[in-house]
Amino acid sequence: MTSKFRTKKVEVSYGDKKAIRDISLDIEKNIITALIGPSGCGKSTFLRCLNRMNDVIENCSIKGSIHLDEQDIYGPDIDPVELRARVGMVFQKANPFPKSIFDNIAYGPRIHGLASNDSELKDIVHNSLEKAGLMDEVKDRLNDQATGLSGGQQQRICIARAIAVSPEVILMDEPCSALDPIATAKIEELMNELCQSYTIIIVTHSMQQAARVSKKTAFFHLGDLIEYNDTDKIFTQPENQKTQDYITGRFG
Amino acid sequence: MIRKSIQSRRARETRLKIYGITSICFALIMLATLLISIGLNGYSALQQAYFKLDISVNTEKFVDDSGAPDNNKMNLFNWDGLVQSALREFFPEVKDRDEKKELFAIISANAGYDLKEIIKKKALGSGSHTLSVWLHLSDDADQYLKGRLSIDIPEEDRRINNKQIAWVNSLVERDIAKLKFNKTFFTSADSREPESAGILGSVIGSALTLFVTIMFALPLAVMAAIYLEYFAKPGKITDFIEVNVNNLAAVPSIVFGLLGLSVFLSTFGLPRSAPLVGGLVLGLMTLPTIIIASRASIRSIPPSIREAALGLGASKMQAALHHVLPLATPGILTGTIIGMAQALGETAPLLMIGMVAFIIDIPTTFTSSATAMPVQIYMWSDSAERAFYERSSLAILFLVAFLISMNLLAVVLRKKFEKKW
Repeated sequence: MTSKFRTKKVEVSYGDKKAIRDISLDIEKNIITALIGPSGCGKSTFLRCLNRMNDVIENCSIKGSIHLDEQDIYGPDIDPVELRARVGMVFQKANPFPKSIFDNIAYGPRIHGLASNDSELKDIVHNSLEKAGLMDEVKDRLNDQATGLSGGQQQRICIARAIAVSPEVILMDEPCSALDPIATAKIEELMNELCQSYTIIIVTHSMQQAARVSKKTAFFHLGDLIEYNDTDKIFTQPENQKTQDYITGRFG
Repeated sequence: MIRKSIQSRRARETRLKIYGITSICFALIMLATLLISIGLNGYSALQQAYFKLDISVNTEKFVDDSGAPDNNKMNLFNWDGLVQSALREFFPEVKDRDEKKELFAIISANAGYDLKEIIKKKALGSGSHTLSVWLHLSDDADQYLKGRLSIDIPEEDRRINNKQIAWVNSLVERDIAKLKFNKTFFTSADSREPESAGILGSVIGSALTLFVTIMFALPLAVMAAIYLEYFAKPGKITDFIEVNVNNLAAVPSIVFGLLGLSVFLSTFGLPRSAPLVGGLVLGLMTLPTIIIASRASIRSIPPSIREAALGLGASKMQAALHHVLPLATPGILTGTIIGMAQALGETAPLLMIGMVAFIIDIPTTFTSSATAMPVQIYMWSDSAERAFYERSSLAILFLVAFLISMNLLAVVLRKKFEKKW
């Protein structure tokens, strides 16, 4: 198995407060990795380090190293804008732009100049919607406002929007936390298909979701990485007592 | 116990409601009183006393040797004499020199000039023409006909004497003089004679000034707001800038006028009384208002939209320009129009840069001499003639109408740019 991300002793602090400490883990290519743990354990913070979204937050400082394909993403020759084109992100709350469905998907390709003409752009939009499994639902209303769709559809629009830039990695920050079980099932199905061509890292509060979709799972607690292993192992024979307690629902 | 407390709570609620209604009523009554009193003073300026003259002119007098119209000859012609002799035909009994002077005082001092302009505009063919034209009566005759000059006071204290009143009355009886719609008020610039004075010059002056203001202040303010919200690193310098932007909003407007005087006029040598300079000064004055409104509006856009754009690999500037700014537009526009309305009503800074001058030409460019509506009102209200009083009232109504239409525009633009989520 090859590693997509390799992190060493990553430490993030907001001002004086340390959010995560000493996180070293390798994330494998083309599988789904789940990050679980109780609220405030630093899993979202870690996720946001991977495409440097923490840069936007004031007084946030990062130590340690993160390599994407052997390249230090905090190195001086890395432009966060370029990095984010390679490492896409889907947020907790579906956040489509208040524009048409087409413009939502087309925005990334447009700013990166991925399409040289209108028909190419159209192809990218159609392919992305197809991959996100949305095409049949929205094909007649590509010019409608994306904000008028249902919550689950909006979240899949956001996934399609991320795919349209053809990233290598897709980060998902609790993508299903605001969705009903049916919409959640659709997104999980979609993730399973997408992980053949993309590396997916998902932060989730739902242990069942982590167990259902991921191949590897990392358990975070109070800023520390407690355990990182195959999902089957974590949920059947956890090595650490805290993991055991968390997955059996004794806390969190 | 509880029932008792509920009763007293209800009573308190009712009392508060009554206070609220009373204060709203009070505000409305004050506003209505103001508008009604200005309206009652100003409505009569919509009419002006005119008199009709039948005049014959021979256009052959105004052509040069080759037969082309010659403006110079036209300007040299004794138009006043023509009007005066035509007027005297109605009153053959007036012979005495002093009496003649009194007679000519009932018509506008600009009557000859006005006649020339009318003839010029008509572009008559060559030959002799007889035409009837309506010219202004003097402002005193006008005020008398509108009943605004009291004739109860002794003759020597009056601006119009008994003889003149008799002449005006006789013109009215013969259907030669009457009150007509005051077109001049809407089509000309300022004048020493109230009957020839209009607001068009100052309206255009204000429009040119505001155009410069918005072109100068809006882009600067929006860029400043975006920078302060998204790019500025928090620290002492940013705090210092923030505090000063807020301070600038509270600086008295006359200070901006002094600044304009010393910077734009003295240092840069820009022309005096020009809408360009007025616009720049008012722009500086409205800048903090628009910056504050724009920042509030930008801050109200959910950060998730910006994160979405950044997450796709948009640069900070792209996220701001493509996504945040369009959504913040309604709020920015509202702030801008409030700032513009403030600028429209501002007099003090304009006084400092010479826009208080007496200007009889309608401004055509950003550097021609101009005045603005509030300054025009200020100047008219300062004039001695009774007729300027009603004109300044009407001009105030116009200014208010201008402001209301600007606010309506703000509402319309808001509705147009507002997006449903």
